[in-house]
Amino acid sequence: MLWHATKRTGFYLLVIGIVFISIFPFYYAIITSFKSGTALFEINYWPTSFSLANYTQVLTTGSFPRNLANSLLIASVVVAISLLLAVTASFALSRVRFGGRSLLLFTILAVSMFPQIAVLSGLFELVRFFGIFNTPFALIFSYMIFTLPFTVWILTTFMRDLPIEIEEAAIVDGASPWVIITKVFLPLMWPALVTTGLLAFIAAWNEFLFALTFTSSNNTRTVPVAIALLSGNTQYEIPWGNIMAASVIVTVPLVVLVLIFQRKIISGLTAGGVKG
Amino acid sequence: MAIAETIDVAEKSAGSDLFRQRVRSAWLFLTPMLVVLAVVAGWPLLRSIYFSFTNASLTNIEAAQWVGFDNYLSITTLKSGRVIYDGLLVDPLWWKSVWNTVRFSVVSVILETIIGMMVALVLNAEFRGRGIVRAAILVPWAIPTIVSAKMWAWMLNDQFGIINDILLHLGLISQKIAWTANPDTAMLAVLMVDIWKTTPFMALLILAGLQMIPGDIYEAAKIDGVHPVKVFFKVTLPLVRPALMVAIIFRMLDALRIFDLIYVLTANNAQTKTMSVFARENLFDFDKFAYGSAASTMLFLILTVITVVYIIVGKVNFEGGR
Repeated sequence: MLWHATKRTGFYLLVIGIVFISIFPFYYAIITSFKSGTALFEINYWPTSFSLANYTQVLTTGSFPRNLANSLLIASVVVAISLLLAVTASFALSRVRFGGRSLLLFTILAVSMFPQIAVLSGLFELVRFFGIFNTPFALIFSYMIFTLPFTVWILTTFMRDLPIEIEEAAIVDGASPWVIITKVFLPLMWPALVTTGLLAFIAAWNEFLFALTFTSSNNTRTVPVAIALLSGNTQYEIPWGNIMAASVIVTVPLVVLVLIFQRKIISGLTAGGVKG
Repeated sequence: MAIAETIDVAEKSAGSDLFRQRVRSAWLFLTPMLVVLAVVAGWPLLRSIYFSFTNASLTNIEAAQWVGFDNYLSITTLKSGRVIYDGLLVDPLWWKSVWNTVRFSVVSVILETIIGMMVALVLNAEFRGRGIVRAAILVPWAIPTIVSAKMWAWMLNDQFGIINDILLHLGLISQKIAWTANPDTAMLAVLMVDIWKTTPFMALLILAGLQMIPGDIYEAAKIDGVHPVKVFFKVTLPLVRPALMVAIIFRMLDALRIFDLIYVLTANNAQTKTMSVFARENLFDFDKFAYGSAASTMLFLILTVITVVYIIVGKVNFEGGR
């Protein structure tokens, strides 16, 4: 009995440990973001002050609102284009048998695991050639390299699990593949599209390397780059309060979305085995 | 990649005209996606490899001229008879960044696998509040890498950081440590943040594997009185292995290309400079565009070799995870 109780206690201690370590850094960022002035440099474990100074400063001075708009625009357009291209492609990859399909699927998987630095100099040349350097188009274009392969991959795994019967009737009626996609598959695919779109959105929202390389002015940057480069009045003064406020602003929507859609996200992640 | 064979049967019985029409439209549907991937991935990859054999500079890419393998290794014999070796393959800074990357990747993936397995086993057990734990571990995953780097940089701050404060109170350290600046602890700091951020992903992939194991196997083991540790090594581990192998290779490839966390958390620290950081810094900060391209090409080669060896040696089956 005693042994059983010890085991139970140990298990719950482990559970509490996991939850504490997962959440504490974000909790600490939130309480830091509400501190201003010298309070910032006192170490407190509990919320001690509630000042919105950091938030007003981040949102009214500098280019942070603009960076937020950039990120929102870029991530949304990237999701829209990827889904559009991926739906038709994954129909072909999952429902039609043709030569070279396995090789194609494997290539797509390989591209999704690509080290982005390996294409950086070639992409840089292309971005300059197209004349889109330092514009949102450069990022929308380059983000396709990671959103497209993995949306195709996840939608393909989803679509091939759909029963053949639903398609057969349409084929017998003489429906064209395009009609089959839009009238038969699309209505069934909303859950998968939401999950995939959300994962692609998060990936585009968080991207750093391309955003750092293909934009060069405060007004064209996305939030990750803006936060990384946020600096104070002098080189040696790091505005921790502002950085934490900006971090909370960009993270809260993501955390809320992820918690709302957690079941879908988990199934999407494990189906695609994509990176986080 | 076995895909429902039933489709074939349907296709063949429906007549070959229809089948041909389906294949035609399949390629039509695939073309836009393939064109985009070719332009955004294929072509830039080839150009990057090409640049590594030229003397291209950032300010004048167009004037790039072929120089053969000079960026990788060039051997010059001086009049005095001295031989000078130059290039990436004899650059100690490059090899240092290769070593940093490999060390980081191996340590982080091993620890993430072990901790991820623990978390997955916890989540696989039935207890009250399981939903809360699962939601909690999604938080680190949802936080952007740059944000987590900044959050941890603040917690690891030498003067005002809470980590030093906790450790001082617990008596584990006697004076404050400059975690991200100190050469001895910089890698530790990076590992800490990376493990915190990516273990949830590992745990969820392993959990998916665990949930595919039928419950009656455990029942049988319990009735036979097999020790739980033995059950784990003899039953759970072999059955979850396919999912685990896929999770490990995904994490490994991700770790080997790490850039953002290190760029933000321990900028300019020689102890944590990875291959990606080395390549980007040469490409855009040092105006050694061709040399940086050579570094990124090498990185690509190294990753490809590791992946191929892993898939062959580990007999990885990408379908195994599901």
